[in-house]
Amino acid sequence: MVNPLLFWIIAALTVIPSLSLLFARKAVHVAMAIVLVMVGLAAAYVALGAPFLGVVQIVVYTGAVMMLFLFVLMLVGVDQREDLKETIKGQRWIGLLAAGGLGAFLVSVVARVALPVQEETVGEPDVIAEVLFQRYVLVIEVLGFLLITAAVGALVLTHAPRLKPRRTQLEVQRDRVRVGANPVNKPMPGVYARHNALDVPALDPEGQPIEDSVSRVLKIRHQTQDGAEFRAQLEDPARKDTEEGR
Amino acid sequence: MLDLTWLLIAVPLASSIVLMLAGKRANPWGHWVGVAASGSTFIVGLGAFIQMLGLDSEERAHAVHLFSWIPGGELNLDAGLLVDPLSMTFVLLVSFVGTLIHVYSVAYMEHDPNRRIFFAYLNLFVAAMLLLVLADSYLLLFVGWEGVGLASYLLIGFWNYKPEYATAAKKAFVVNRIGDIGLIIAMGLMFAYLGAVDFETVFAEAPAASTATLTAIGLTLLLAACGKSAQFPLQSWLGDAMAGPTPVSALIHAATMVTAGVYLIVRSAPIYAGAPAAQTAVAAVGAFTLVLGALIGMAKDDIKKALAASTMSQIGYMMLAAGLGPVGYAFAIFHLVTHGFFKAGMFLGAGSVMHGMKDQVDMRRYGALRTAMVTTWITFGLGWLAILGIPPFSGFWSKDKIIESAFVGEGAQPWILGGAALIGAGLTAFYMSRLFFMTFHGKARWTDDQHPHESPAMMTVPMIILAVGSAFLGLILAVGDRFAVWLEPVTGHVEHHEPVLPVPVLIAATLILVALGVWVAWRKYGAADVPETAPAASLSTIAARNDMFQDSVNRAVFERPGTHLTRTLVYADAAIVDAAVDKQAEAWGKTGETVRRTQNGQVRSYALTMLVGLVIVIIIVVQGGL
Amino acid sequence: MDPINFVILAAILFAIGSAAVLLRRNAIIAFMGVELMLNAANLSLVSFSRIHGEIDGQVMAFFVMVVAAAEVVVGLAIIIAVFRARQTISLDEPSELKG
Repeated sequence: MVNPLLFWIIAALTVIPSLSLLFARKAVHVAMAIVLVMVGLAAAYVALGAPFLGVVQIVVYTGAVMMLFLFVLMLVGVDQREDLKETIKGQRWIGLLAAGGLGAFLVSVVARVALPVQEETVGEPDVIAEVLFQRYVLVIEVLGFLLITAAVGALVLTHAPRLKPRRTQLEVQRDRVRVGANPVNKPMPGVYARHNALDVPALDPEGQPIEDSVSRVLKIRHQTQDGAEFRAQLEDPARKDTEEGR
Repeated sequence: MLDLTWLLIAVPLASSIVLMLAGKRANPWGHWVGVAASGSTFIVGLGAFIQMLGLDSEERAHAVHLFSWIPGGELNLDAGLLVDPLSMTFVLLVSFVGTLIHVYSVAYMEHDPNRRIFFAYLNLFVAAMLLLVLADSYLLLFVGWEGVGLASYLLIGFWNYKPEYATAAKKAFVVNRIGDIGLIIAMGLMFAYLGAVDFETVFAEAPAASTATLTAIGLTLLLAACGKSAQFPLQSWLGDAMAGPTPVSALIHAATMVTAGVYLIVRSAPIYAGAPAAQTAVAAVGAFTLVLGALIGMAKDDIKKALAASTMSQIGYMMLAAGLGPVGYAFAIFHLVTHGFFKAGMFLGAGSVMHGMKDQVDMRRYGALRTAMVTTWITFGLGWLAILGIPPFSGFWSKDKIIESAFVGEGAQPWILGGAALIGAGLTAFYMSRLFFMTFHGKARWTDDQHPHESPAMMTVPMIILAVGSAFLGLILAVGDRFAVWLEPVTGHVEHHEPVLPVPVLIAATLILVALGVWVAWRKYGAADVPETAPAASLSTIAARNDMFQDSVNRAVFERPGTHLTRTLVYADAAIVDAAVDKQAEAWGKTGETVRRTQNGQVRSYALTMLVGLVIVIIIVVQGGL
Repeated sequence: MDPINFVILAAILFAIGSAAVLLRRNAIIAFMGVELMLNAANLSLVSFSRIHGEIDGQVMAFFVMVVAAAEVVVGLAIIIAVFRARQTISLDEPSELKG
């Protein structure tokens, strides 16, 4: 028998984070919530007398699978926000109805089932190993093949063959000059050391901020400052004095 | 020897294939291979015949199993040969006459560059004909039946560089196909109602079958026989078939192939035994055709076409006899054998005349050939006496018996059939005498460049042998009803029936009519001068000259309505069937256009469909307690 | 507490996972929904293993995990390949198979 408190904790730990699948906008948040669900499930396994499986769950899901998800998320862009507005007509309501109906139906059916609970069989690693490598040894072999095939398949799928010869620096530079772009480096940002200089554009000799000097990424994130404040300081001798006086 | 009868088919077939494939290098010896193959069939046939004579009459039906042919469920058919007195008769006739004609052809076709092909076709014909008569099932018979049809087509069109000859070949082929449809339907009926197509089973089942079934089979078999034997209404091809080389006309279109229909009827005796109506139809067709053929023969100036008309008429006699039932079967075959000899002899004689007259076939340009071609004159004369039915020549023994048998019966039937046979005898006497006198007697009406001469020995010897047969075969076979007794295992024993008129009266009447016919012919064509071109004549003569307008009738009755029917059907096909199919396709297209929208390319939509289906299945499984 | 309650929990998790697959357009999130469904199935297997006192349910759950790992590898590889080709991982984007 399972401790009811443990059960309710596990239930809360799995159901609530898993709802983020439906409501969270950012994929990263979902992934982190699912990690929690996996941990909760591992706890459930341990509670159900399957400690080996609980450990495997932690290792495989939280340790490997979810990390893989996170890698892929990084690869395709963490910042992708999803618009939750439905585009297919009727998909949301029919989908909710079907999924909810399925859940409600299963719950109602299972709730009516009363099975006599047998003596607990604890799935210690040595017990599992005996079953796995005696009765199911052939399945293990086949699964080995499956994993190798999957690994090779993933390599093949993600391998991008080079279609054109690699461009050298010389070629890149020539192309840049040909189209009339600035042939030299962009100016460095942040002439004033008082701030985190990376987010402040440099000023040209006339005192105008040079927008190109700031990293594009920071601009997209709206984490830059426009530099007007510093120009004002330049033109205001009083403030300049206080600076000097310090 | 009886078990070796398969050689009868295999040897000429092999020879035929060799000759067809050997090419020009076979030119020097090819014809001799053909003659040898044909001769070997006669030797094998004779050996089998002698062996059969040594058996009791009950044991004379000998079955030779060849191989399992169509092992298919309900239709389980083996290819086998049935050697009994009836098929043995045909084997001897076909192989003997066939061999003589092969020998004759060596000389007749001497100057033809394709002589080896001619012999290949002749051997093919012999093989097919022997297969036809030896087969132990209707289906195997049909193979032979088609084989002789093919050989006939190839040989009629042997000189197919002349368009009219090629057309004649096609005509024969097409008309024969109509008859073949009859045989196919008959086989279908047999399989449907009697459960088999082999002779043994069919004949065993036939007495138990309903009269309607047997009548239907009998009538379709009659259609087949009409096509092959040029009987009314499928007689139109025989006259044109004379386009083939004369030995072909002698062998195929006089002695053997055209009598296959008679064989079919006689072989199917157990079916006709249960179908009196079909039997009467056979007799009626025979009686009608014999008069029709005789009337056509009276007006023809082309010697070969006159003989062809005569063949038609004589086969009419055989069909009439076959239609009389067991009374006439033996006489039908008897007349078939004697006719095979004397008509083949006369055709060879005609060929000899044409050989000497530079292929002239118009009898109005013959005359007085008896001095130039003595052997031909004598042999032809013996054939002439035989067909006239002058005692003691062959025809008398067979034809008179048919006339006698035709008078057997009750009510009006014997008077109609017998009357037709009797009149036919008189007409036969007239037109054969006309032919004979126009050709060999009277004044010479040759064109300037013709110098008639006797044919070489290789042609005259077969003619002499056939003439001897024409003269004495009937007498030999008729003494003590030998031939009827020989055929008894097949046709069954028949008590003697008394005709409605006394036999001597009938013989006398026949002979008087024959004498009358000969006398009229002599007055008109022997003693008097014959105009070199056909004179204007009465309507009836014109009708006879044009084969009783058979082609026009066919055109008006079958071709024109057929054309219109086809055009109507084509229109109906386009307007109704095609339109229906088009509309249906259109409807399906629209349905697809509608259903297509469910394939919206959205994976989530598909997933939703899957899940809804899963929910439904789970609900059914759980609630339905499946 | 009766282990059958874990089966009910598994049913709820399965429903949530399937709803995620149906409703989310982000391929990775939908894929995580699939993972949740697999885990729900695993949970029910383990629960029944506990109820029946047999070890085989756990072994089956183990096999499911292995297969799921293989599936994740291939599935994510496909997502990456699609992303490379189209610069997006929205499930609504690839609809070339529209009838």
